[in-house]
Amino acid sequence: MKEELQAIESEALAAVEKAEDSQALQEMKVKYLGKKGSLTTVLRGMGKLSKEERPIIGELANNVRASITEALDAKTEKLERAALDKQLETETIDVTLPGNPVHVGGRHLLTSIMEEIEDLFIGMGYEVKEGPEVETDYYNFEKLNLPKNHPARDMQDTFFITNELLLRTQTSPVQARTMEAYQGNRPIKMICPGKVYRRDTDDATHSHQFRQIEGLVVDKNITLSDLKGTLDVFAKKMFGKDRKIRLRPSFFPFTEPSVEMDVSCKVCNGEGCSVCKQTGWIEILGGGMVHPRVLEMSGYDSTVYSGFAFGMGQERIAMLKYGVNDIRHFYTNDVRFLSQYHQA
Amino acid sequence: MLVSYNWLRNYVNLDNVTPEELAEKITRSGIEVEGIEYLAPKSENIVVGYVKSCEKHPDADKLNLCQVDVGEESLQIICGAPNVGSGQKVAVAKPGAKLPNGMKIKKVKLRGVESNGMICSLQELGLDEKYIPVDVAEGIFVFPEDAEVGVPVQELLNLDDAILDLDVLANRPDALSMLGVAYEVAAILNQPMELPDENLTVDESIEAKDYIDVKIDSIENNPYYGAFIIRDVEIKPAPLWMRNYLMASGIRPINNVVDITNFVLLEYGQPLHAFDYDQFGSKQVVIRQGKVNETMVTLDDQERQLNENNLVITNGKEPVALAGVMGGADSEVTDETTNLLLEAAYFNSASVRHTVKQTGLRSESSTRFEKGVDPNRVKRAGIRACSLLQKYANGKIAGGVVEVDELDKSEKSVTVTTAKINQRLGMELDEKDVTSVLSRLQFEFSKNGEEIIVQVPTRRLDISIFEDILEEVIRIYGYDHLPYTIPQGWVQAGGLTDIQLLQREIKNYLSSAGLMETLTYSLTNEKDAKRFLTPDIEEKPAYSVGLAMPMSEEHSHLRLSLIPEMLRVLQHNVARTQTDLAYYEIGKVFISREEEITNQPIENLHVAGALTGLWHNHPWQQEKKPVDFYVAKGIVEGLFAHLELNVTFVQTKMEDMHPGRCAEIRLNGKGIGYVGQVHPLTAKDFDVKETYVFEIDLESVFAVHQLTPSFTDIPRYPSVTRDIAFILDNDIPAGDVQAVIKEIGAPLVKEVSIFDVYQGEHMEEGKKSVAYRLLYQDPSRTLKDDEVDASYQEIIEKVNNQFGSYVRS
Repeated sequence: MKEELQAIESEALAAVEKAEDSQALQEMKVKYLGKKGSLTTVLRGMGKLSKEERPIIGELANNVRASITEALDAKTEKLERAALDKQLETETIDVTLPGNPVHVGGRHLLTSIMEEIEDLFIGMGYEVKEGPEVETDYYNFEKLNLPKNHPARDMQDTFFITNELLLRTQTSPVQARTMEAYQGNRPIKMICPGKVYRRDTDDATHSHQFRQIEGLVVDKNITLSDLKGTLDVFAKKMFGKDRKIRLRPSFFPFTEPSVEMDVSCKVCNGEGCSVCKQTGWIEILGGGMVHPRVLEMSGYDSTVYSGFAFGMGQERIAMLKYGVNDIRHFYTNDVRFLSQYHQA
Repeated sequence: MLVSYNWLRNYVNLDNVTPEELAEKITRSGIEVEGIEYLAPKSENIVVGYVKSCEKHPDADKLNLCQVDVGEESLQIICGAPNVGSGQKVAVAKPGAKLPNGMKIKKVKLRGVESNGMICSLQELGLDEKYIPVDVAEGIFVFPEDAEVGVPVQELLNLDDAILDLDVLANRPDALSMLGVAYEVAAILNQPMELPDENLTVDESIEAKDYIDVKIDSIENNPYYGAFIIRDVEIKPAPLWMRNYLMASGIRPINNVVDITNFVLLEYGQPLHAFDYDQFGSKQVVIRQGKVNETMVTLDDQERQLNENNLVITNGKEPVALAGVMGGADSEVTDETTNLLLEAAYFNSASVRHTVKQTGLRSESSTRFEKGVDPNRVKRAGIRACSLLQKYANGKIAGGVVEVDELDKSEKSVTVTTAKINQRLGMELDEKDVTSVLSRLQFEFSKNGEEIIVQVPTRRLDISIFEDILEEVIRIYGYDHLPYTIPQGWVQAGGLTDIQLLQREIKNYLSSAGLMETLTYSLTNEKDAKRFLTPDIEEKPAYSVGLAMPMSEEHSHLRLSLIPEMLRVLQHNVARTQTDLAYYEIGKVFISREEEITNQPIENLHVAGALTGLWHNHPWQQEKKPVDFYVAKGIVEGLFAHLELNVTFVQTKMEDMHPGRCAEIRLNGKGIGYVGQVHPLTAKDFDVKETYVFEIDLESVFAVHQLTPSFTDIPRYPSVTRDIAFILDNDIPAGDVQAVIKEIGAPLVKEVSIFDVYQGEHMEEGKKSVAYRLLYQDPSRTLKDDEVDASYQEIIEKVNNQFGSYVRS
């Protein structure tokens, strides 16, 4: 009986090995393991065996059943996998064809620049203030130490609406409004971004509408060195950590002393090239110590408080940072320009 | 201000500093040098020659054959200039010479006759055409008789000069004079300086007061007027050196009298005016305000209409000059002039500004008066001019100046301490660092304990307070010495306000949704300023804000809507074959509620979008989806879903919008915006194709929006869906039915969506089928079938009653 079982096993394993489809495997399962299968038939003769032989043959029979079942399962899986492989082969596509386009829009380059500057100063503890674009003469000029008939008013050609109303020529009135709102009794750390307007004919470097961002810090004991240090942080963050800055004296009616800040040219690394007009330096922004009259006019005691202010054109920063060669690109909104900078 | 390096050398020693180094130092100390220009540095081998003889060329009518002595030799030169003649001293480019324009001079034959050089004009020597004196503009330059033959012309004509272009800002009118620049440069270089000669020998036999009287009727606008009388002047060219300096400074030489007044203007920064005394018309100068309907003819032969805001110089009868701006034609100095009335006066800057603004006449004189002149230099400038007129016009200077003088010439004093300077700078300067700067600037000072009391010279009108002295100290000491520090002390958490964060969030959403942000102009034309108004603006009469003096009609009024300028952007792109566009913008609109504006307008932030062309395009898969109403509406719905706000859409009609494809957007029942198709005729106006737009008033959104959403638990019990298709009359909005279903089904019905709309075959005429999917859910339990069924039946019944509909079987 032992021999019979072994014969069934080797016959079955050989047959499974040769099977070519699942149909044949199914038939073999019936033939060897089914109720009328050869293994069952052999086991029917178990009763004739001695008490000692019965467990031995029983175990052998179970092993044979397991071995055939395992072979059948393995072969089934193998055949199914082969069938799947064949099917997948037929499903091959041309992966070089383009995928479905996903349209992502994006922010305007100037928005990206503005948010970058805002975030930089927010990180240093500044709040972001805004104000009206149609301003009064009082806040746009007089509160900034530019009384009527002051010659420095010529520095900015103004779009007037009435004698008292105008399109703001600078974001500085927001500084005046903030100082006034705080009534001279608390320190200030703020930036104010926004649109400004001047009577300029639009060309490659001028725009009748542009955007500024200004900063103001007022506290006891604010120094000119604080302004220099702050601008150095700004310049290195915006233009790269290897940039150097320098301050030059300048004139703005609302600051005294007034300075302009240059950043070392990144194209030539300060050696002198056509971008920096051979000077090695590029003018970036203006600033200075808040004029005591400006502090006093907004209720700050200039013997107790001092402050610094600075302001820049966002377009200029963007043009220098990204090499944009014509300010009109920002306002023409050609999709081929906008899509170069889409940072969603 | 154009500053001649060679001229400046007369006052300050510049031996150890090149023009480039000087420019850099001036720039770093406070006045930006915008450029350096060399007049004609490349002239070589060009010398003064004496024309011994000049005959006609044997074979050419227009050419002359000249024998020219150039010192070591005599050269035969053919010259075509009409003004060449024997006995002249001229500039001769010898063979081998190189002209500034690169031309090399060689021996040549002209019509068979040898020519060994070239007699030059000033143009050929490299001078700018517009500064060349009239008498030599059409030909060769002729030197004064005392020019030495054989001497190189370069130095004689100042061709080696470097011109520094100083950008003088409004605070430093002192630098609009050579003396002011000299003080500045002397301080920067720490050098002493030399002042011009103001010595004058008057003719004792004549007294100015016998010739002229001065009366000022407008003393606040003219606190000083000095009248000098110079007799028997000889009108001729000014000395060569003076003409050279004027040309280098951008002023065209005319004759000695005019040149001298211009020279002193540049040297002292004090404008002067010379009248032809014999043409003045009286013996009295009366300075007064102009009168309405009064006119005068200025030097440029223009008739000027005057008014009471113009300060005028008169002869007691009629105006002879616009004070500080321009003289009159009648009393102009001419070749026939022999006696002069020289005016040295102080005119109030606001008064001059007014006349300049009114007439548009801006000159070297008016610019200086407008910015302010040194009160202590007015009379001295007159004296300096007299001294030069004596020397170079052989004038006889009358004794005494006839003047009215109520001018405040006192110096201000400002007190500073080193400690306070250090406190403001964040530095540790010694007192001698401070006083050394003051000495270099030639500011006198005295000390009182810690205090330094500075006497500010009147030339420095910009200095009146502590901070001004602080600036002087640091700019001369050097900004490079400032340390880098960050403000210490008070600290706050920086950040954006909720509204600023929300704006960024809206930009994030719209950018992610596939729209590109634009930035357009706030100023548009009058017609477009008032189109495409959102319902909140339309509520009350709204007016656009117009500029008093626009630069163009295209940008004359502030916008009430973002759409018109955005359509213009679409047009720009479409015209450049960029046809598939989706744009958004966030910006302010400006609403005035007054017909005649007196107050600041309301500034509301809006968001708008404009879409045209294909929304989706995947050519090889034949997937093309043009933008339509529902694309635009979907973006708006998505925005409000993102902001967690419920809005409704109501069919509406708007001028400029498609009458059947426009919805008003309502938030809490209030109209805050619109979405729809631009009316085809309007689209044609803007030269764009089928275009969809939306615009929303964000102020209304900010008013109700909560930045932090509250938490809603994730449902734990299963939901049940039921579908119903209603057959509705065509004109019943599907959204109305949707809203009613939601209302009836509440609170069990959580969502109602539309999943099919059908019209056409197998459908009764004038009817449509709209299929709704209802989602039932209770957060606290599993729903029972019979309660869902009951609700479902109730909905069917009530909808049918309200809309006259029936359920599609």
